[in-house]
Amino acid sequence: MRYVPRLMQPPEPASGRYGPYGGRYVAETLMPALDELTRAYQESQRDPAFQAELDTLLHQYAGRATPTYFAARLTEEIGPRIWLKREDLCHTGAHKVNNTLGQILLAKRMGKTRIIAETGAGQHGVATATACALMGLPCEVYMGAEDVRRQAPNVRRMELLGAQVHSVTSGSSTLKDAMNEALRDWVTNVRTTHYCVGSVAGPHPYPAIVRDFQAIIGQEARAQMLEQAGKLPDAVVACVGGGSNAMGIFSGFIDDESVRLIGVEAAGEGIETGRHAAPLCAGGVGVLHGAKSYVLQTPDGQIVEAHSISAGLDYPGVGPEHAWLKDTGRATYVSVTDDAALDAFQQLCRTEGIIPALETSHAFAYLPTLAKELGPDDDILVCLSGRGDKDLETVLEKLEERG
Amino acid sequence: MGRIADAFENARNEKRAALVIYLCAGDPDLSTTVDLVVAAAEAGADVIELGVPFSDPTADGPAIQRAAERSLRAGTTLSKVLDTVRLIRGRTAVPILLFGYYNPILAYGEQKLANDAADSGADGFLVVDLPPEESASLRGPAIEKGLDFVPLVAPTSNEARISQAADAATSFIYYVSMTGVTGSQAVDLAGASERAGVLQRELGRPVAIGFGVKTKDDVATVAPHVEGVVVGSAVVRTIEDAASPDEAVASVRELVSELAQGLARQ
Repeated sequence: MRYVPRLMQPPEPASGRYGPYGGRYVAETLMPALDELTRAYQESQRDPAFQAELDTLLHQYAGRATPTYFAARLTEEIGPRIWLKREDLCHTGAHKVNNTLGQILLAKRMGKTRIIAETGAGQHGVATATACALMGLPCEVYMGAEDVRRQAPNVRRMELLGAQVHSVTSGSSTLKDAMNEALRDWVTNVRTTHYCVGSVAGPHPYPAIVRDFQAIIGQEARAQMLEQAGKLPDAVVACVGGGSNAMGIFSGFIDDESVRLIGVEAAGEGIETGRHAAPLCAGGVGVLHGAKSYVLQTPDGQIVEAHSISAGLDYPGVGPEHAWLKDTGRATYVSVTDDAALDAFQQLCRTEGIIPALETSHAFAYLPTLAKELGPDDDILVCLSGRGDKDLETVLEKLEERG
Repeated sequence: MGRIADAFENARNEKRAALVIYLCAGDPDLSTTVDLVVAAAEAGADVIELGVPFSDPTADGPAIQRAAERSLRAGTTLSKVLDTVRLIRGRTAVPILLFGYYNPILAYGEQKLANDAADSGADGFLVVDLPPEESASLRGPAIEKGLDFVPLVAPTSNEARISQAADAATSFIYYVSMTGVTGSQAVDLAGASERAGVLQRELGRPVAIGFGVKTKDDVATVAPHVEGVVVGSAVVRTIEDAASPDEAVASVRELVSELAQGLARQ
C-alpha cells in the first residue's frame, strides 16, 4: 500500500474513501444533506468570489498568515532545531477558526439559517460562535458536561459571543457524547441547519472539507520553512485528537517524501492502563460518528470512553484519513501521557514565554524522544495549534496534586 | 418468501396493517426479553424488531438511549442476543428483525453474523446507520442466508434514494415519519401516512411507518394508508416504568393488545 497524495488524485471519490476508511455511516435522513453539502462545497471551491471572501476573512479577521517561529531556547534544551507554526496566534487562539470561517461562509451560501456544533475543549465551539457572530447566524453548541466543567472560560466566551451552549450529560459527558447530541439535533433540523463539524472526522464530505480548510496551515508553513530555514523540515509533529490541525499541517508536506509526519495521540494515564485516548496507537477498526476509522472499543464493538487530561483530545475516534496515513506508513502515530504533556506545557512556558494548549502540549512532549533520532542540523516543525489560557485551571489543579 | 413477508401478507388478508413492535434486547435483562417477545406476539404483534444495544445510538431519543444503557450495563452482547433468539424460537415463531447500529455488527463479522443469525432463527436486519451505499457487505451474506434486509426511507429522501431503497428491500420498507430521533413528539402522522401510502402504491412494496407512533389512535391514523405500523419508544417506556420484570411483561401485553385494536385498514 502506498499513500496517494491528494493533489495527485482525481476529485475526491464520491464515497469519500481513504483506502478502506471514511464513508458515510449515518441515518438515511442525513444522506441527502451530505450530498447537498458535497455539491455546495465543490461549487464553492470553483467559485473565485467565495475563495476571495474567505481569503479576506482569513487575512484581515483571523490574522493569517500566522508566523513560523524559530524557538531558540527550546532548541537548546531539545537538540534539533525546533520551529513553531504559530496557530495559537490566530483569532480565538487556535487553528479551529480556519475551518469555521470556511464552513459558516459555506452554510450561508447554502441558505442555512441555523448553525450547530460539537465541542470538546471549547476551542471549536468558540471558533464557531465567533464565525456565527461575524456572519449573523444563530449558533448552538453541544458540549459534554464534564468539559463544561473543566473548560469553563470557553463556555463563558461562547455565551458572550451569542451562542447557546447545551451541556450534554449522556454517556461519558465528553466530546463523543456532544457529537452524538449534535447529530440528533441535525437529524431533527436538517433542512434549516448546518452542522459545523470541528475535526477531520464524521461522514463524507466532512473529513475532506475540514482538511481543505485547515490545509492553509501546511501551505504557509512549507513556504515559511523554505524561506526561513532554507529547507524543508525533517519532521513535522502535531497532536491528534480528531486530527484537524495535524491533517492541516501534514497536507502541506504529504508529497515531500523526505519529511516525516508524526501525529501524537493522548496516552492519558498510560496505554497499559486502558485509560487513554489513542485509537491509532491502541484501538481497532470500527465505525463511529459516520466514518470507518480506528476507534476505542470493546471486543463486542461498543465504543469505550477515552481518557485524557486534554478535553480536545478526549475522543475515542480519529479522522479516517489519519487511519489511512497510518496503514500506508506515510505518517507515524505515537502517544504521550498526561504527565509528559504537563511537563512539556511547563517547558514551553519557561523557555519560550508561550503558554500552549494542553492538546498542543502533547506534540511538544514527544520532542525529547524524537530528538534522539535526529541531529543538531535537523529541523522539526511543530504545529502549535492553540494557546493554553483556557487550561490554566486544569494545569494548576494537576500540578498541585503532583506536589 | 420469509416469515416477515408472510406476516405482512397475513395481515393484508385480514384487512389490517401489520403491527411491528420494537423491544431493546436485554432491557431489563435477556431472560425477560424472551417473555416480552412472547407476550407481545400473543397480544398481537406481527413482527418484533429486536434492538441490539449500542453505546452511541445517534438516531435514538432518550427513551431508547436509556434502554440501551440499561441493557449494556446488564452485559448484553450481540452474541447473547442471538442466544436469546434461540430461546425465543422455542416458544414462538413470530418473525424477528434484528435492529441496531453497524459497529457491533462489524466487530462480530458480517458473514459470521449472517450465518449465526440465520442459525438462531432470526429473520432479518435493519441497521440504522447503514445506508444502501454502505450496505452491500452485510446485505449480500444476509440474503444468501435467506434473511431479510430492511432499508429506511426518510422524509428527506429524494426519488433516486427512494428507488435505491426499494431495490435493496426484500420484504418491507421502513418509512421514517419525520426528521428526528425515535420517540419524538409533535409529528404530523396523518400527513406522513398519506405520503407513505403514495410511496407504497408507487413502489408496489409494503411500507411500515415508524417514529412517533405511540397510541392506539396513532396506529389508527396510520393503518389505513400503509401495510405496517412500528411502535418502539412507547413500548420501551412501559418497560422502564414497570416496577418488576413481571409487571413489564404484563404491561407490554396490555399495551400491544390495545395498539392492535387500531390496525383496521378499512
